[in-house]
Amino acid sequence: MLLIHCPYCEEERPELEFRHAGEAHVARSPDIAAISDEDFEKFFFIRSNPKGIVFERWRHVHGCGRFFNAARNTVTDRFLTTYRAGETKPEISVAETGPAAWANREPAELNEKTAAGAKE
Amino acid sequence: MAKAAAKVSSGGAARKSALAGREFHTGAVRLAVLPPAERISLRAPAGSVAALSKALGLDLPTKPKASASNGGRTALWLGPDEWLVIDQTGDPLANCSEVKDLHSAVGVSHRNVAFSVSGAGAEATLNAGCPQDLSLEAFPVGACSRTILGKVEIVLLRTGEDAFRVECWRSFSDYVHDFLVEAAADTGG
Ligand SMILES: [Zn+2]
Repeated sequence: MLLIHCPYCEEERPELEFRHAGEAHVARSPDIAAISDEDFEKFFFIRSNPKGIVFERWRHVHGCGRFFNAARNTVTDRFLTTYRAGETKPEISVAETGPAAWANREPAELNEKTAAGAKE
Repeated sequence: MAKAAAKVSSGGAARKSALAGREFHTGAVRLAVLPPAERISLRAPAGSVAALSKALGLDLPTKPKASASNGGRTALWLGPDEWLVIDQTGDPLANCSEVKDLHSAVGVSHRNVAFSVSGAGAEATLNAGCPQDLSLEAFPVGACSRTILGKVEIVLLRTGEDAFRVECWRSFSDYVHDFLVEAAADTGG
């Protein structure tokens, strides 16, 4: 199961507690009635949908209930970082965008102590 | 609002608790439906926490997964500005009504049904449907969290090394009860 770090609960929690909530950093115009139909279409319907790094909103709906933002690689499904709503979009270096899938982490990174310490 | 513990009878209608008194045992797990309690859903900004803590007679926890108890009252951190207060004897809603600072306190006593899951197999029983790490390291005594059990949302509180309180919505209580019975049977013992 995918583990997602909630910036409000300050720990990794199972994917099942979360819900995806669309692309992040889509700014709503302060005067939404004044913008052109074309700009409204861009704001309302058009999403970037890239192959690679996406910035998304997620909600810890079955946990603290908070919305937060995440940078995720759509190829590997790896979460590169998560951060609180309202914080600025982080810079993601090219080195971090490599294909190392979340599931390919070393056992030590998966909270397992040693083979001997594993659950009986 | 009627007190949760009172057996109110008016106009021929009697209040009946969901699953009242049900119990289940295996060698390793004891499952029981807990008696009714007063509960409030409390939302408040950081600036109101001190006044609410004073009125409730306990320090509202501000750390994730933390709870605080005083007598028969427990406050569970659910989110950065949200708590569930469970009380066996007093009336937390009345205590909050004395507080002038901004907050929202909503009585949800009858919304929830509580189970106790205890015994050596308690952790394994819950982990049959709860994907969180419930080891004592990650989820020590006093830790609490809103999470899931199978396909429903629950609030989980560890009351002892081998004991948990499970709060679920009343309409989910049949599902939670049956799920826990199945899971307890699977833990063997
Ligand atoms: Zn959270």
